[in-house]
Amino acid sequence: MTVSNEPMTSPGWDVTSVRRDFPILEQSVHGYPLAYLDNAATTQKPRVVLEAMDGYYRRDNANVHRGVHALAERATGAFEAARESVRRFINARSTREIVFVRGTTEAINLVASSFGQRLREGDEILISAMEHHANIVPWQLLRERSGIVLRVVPITPAGELDLDRLSSLFTPRTRLLAITHVSNALGTVNPVRELIAEARRHGVPVLLDGAQALPHLRVDVQALDCDFYAFSGHKLFGPTGIGVLYGRESLLETLPPYQGGGEMIRTVSFEKTTFAGLPHRFEAGTPDISGVIGLGRAIEYLEQLDWDAATAYEARLLEHATACLQDVPGLRIIGQARHKVALVSFVMEDVHPHDMGTILDRRGLAVRAGHHCAMPVMSYYGVPATSRAAMAFYNTFDEIDRLAEALRYARELLA
Amino acid sequence: MSDLDDLYQELILDHKRHPRNFRDMPDATRAVDGHNPLCGDQLRLFVKVADGRVEDVSFIGVGCAISMASASMLTEAVMGKTVQEAQQLFADMHDLLTRNPSGIDPAELGNLGALAGVHEYPMRVKCATLSWHTLDTALNTDDDVVTTE
Repeated sequence: MTVSNEPMTSPGWDVTSVRRDFPILEQSVHGYPLAYLDNAATTQKPRVVLEAMDGYYRRDNANVHRGVHALAERATGAFEAARESVRRFINARSTREIVFVRGTTEAINLVASSFGQRLREGDEILISAMEHHANIVPWQLLRERSGIVLRVVPITPAGELDLDRLSSLFTPRTRLLAITHVSNALGTVNPVRELIAEARRHGVPVLLDGAQALPHLRVDVQALDCDFYAFSGHKLFGPTGIGVLYGRESLLETLPPYQGGGEMIRTVSFEKTTFAGLPHRFEAGTPDISGVIGLGRAIEYLEQLDWDAATAYEARLLEHATACLQDVPGLRIIGQARHKVALVSFVMEDVHPHDMGTILDRRGLAVRAGHHCAMPVMSYYGVPATSRAAMAFYNTFDEIDRLAEALRYARELLA
Repeated sequence: MSDLDDLYQELILDHKRHPRNFRDMPDATRAVDGHNPLCGDQLRLFVKVADGRVEDVSFIGVGCAISMASASMLTEAVMGKTVQEAQQLFADMHDLLTRNPSGIDPAELGNLGALAGVHEYPMRVKCATLSWHTLDTALNTDDDVVTTE
């Protein structure tokens, strides 16, 4: 049995104090303090986010970009201020490059639908073997519509992209590299700078699925030089139902609209409609205003944290979790890339992930059991499902110790 | 941890560790695949029916303890029963596993009553019902695949 002697705090990172920002973490589940280790599915929300959304509905609720009354001005001001927060957070050049969508899934669907219109039969999209279904299925739908070809960068047993194969997968017909920044099922951080450099050599634009990256890594879209970057608010300590597509302005400008309706037009007559400029051209209909405001507040919350300390703390959590879990009899960690975020996917002999999920739940430990919307990854490893402990900067070493102990209990119970 | 004991009773764990009638059946009259896409539970149920009676029943597959134990216990329970009796057992088990409170007294179902504990775990009910839906499909339809979602 591995017993941690780690203190609850870490140099520069006061986890006890950070946890007080998240009211939901204070509860007990089945008589145990909640240990929320399902952060790759969704993260918890700090109090300031809840208050910002509540405050919007209590004081400022009005539609945006329409009325001239005081509430409409306040709502529009808060909405566009959040867009500026997003721009600053990922260092985009302009708020014209920040398109609000429902989440990462819709962001990728937007690109598949809009950018996809310029593709012809036989054009190729390059994805990887570790994609979430959100970065597979939209391209398959496009394939059905337009006859494009999907090519897949393979992965290695450690759970890393097989970079030796990458170059040969680019062809003169490759039109887009659409790839995840961080794997939701394995925790792998992909070498996106190298990937983008390789794509540039072939003149191919790049879309990064950043849903699992932004909660752990600071991202600068200009430094990365990517063309699209998609992410979700709810995995970034913000609300569900809101996400962002960053698109390079020069590229977005050339793309046809995604959905038609209000907000995205300049003038409409029955003969002809002219479309609004960026980013509104891609935001048809009344947006999720409170969601945008909540996301903006979540980003401001993250910006006032000591991010270097948070990152160092998460790295130690991962190291501790990996060491503790490796020590559990019958347990196999799935995904052992050299560069990972604080996420451990695993299987245990004789204990199915769904039994594991139930047993851990009864000890107040919330983990994910299943295929993580990455069934090709499960097939690659020959497992139907895994259990996944996905950590955030508010998790503690004690929670990891409780997990390791409960895993031993699960094996004793079922094996 | 007493509540977990309700779910993982010794009888259920015994069937999970040593599934009964866990084998292929080349001369089956019906072979139906049951699949729970949410969990990845996957089994194939074989039945051999002659003169209105289940002469043989077996299964193969992968899944959680509850789905495997439920399938194993099913094969013991319906072996040798008439088709009509097996159909009544399906109806009783469906009621026991999905209705709360159920009109069925677990004690009257013998060993199968051990599965009643799944009630307290709504996310796991489908694990327990998968093999029973597969049996129902095998006995009552011409379909070869059933999924529970």
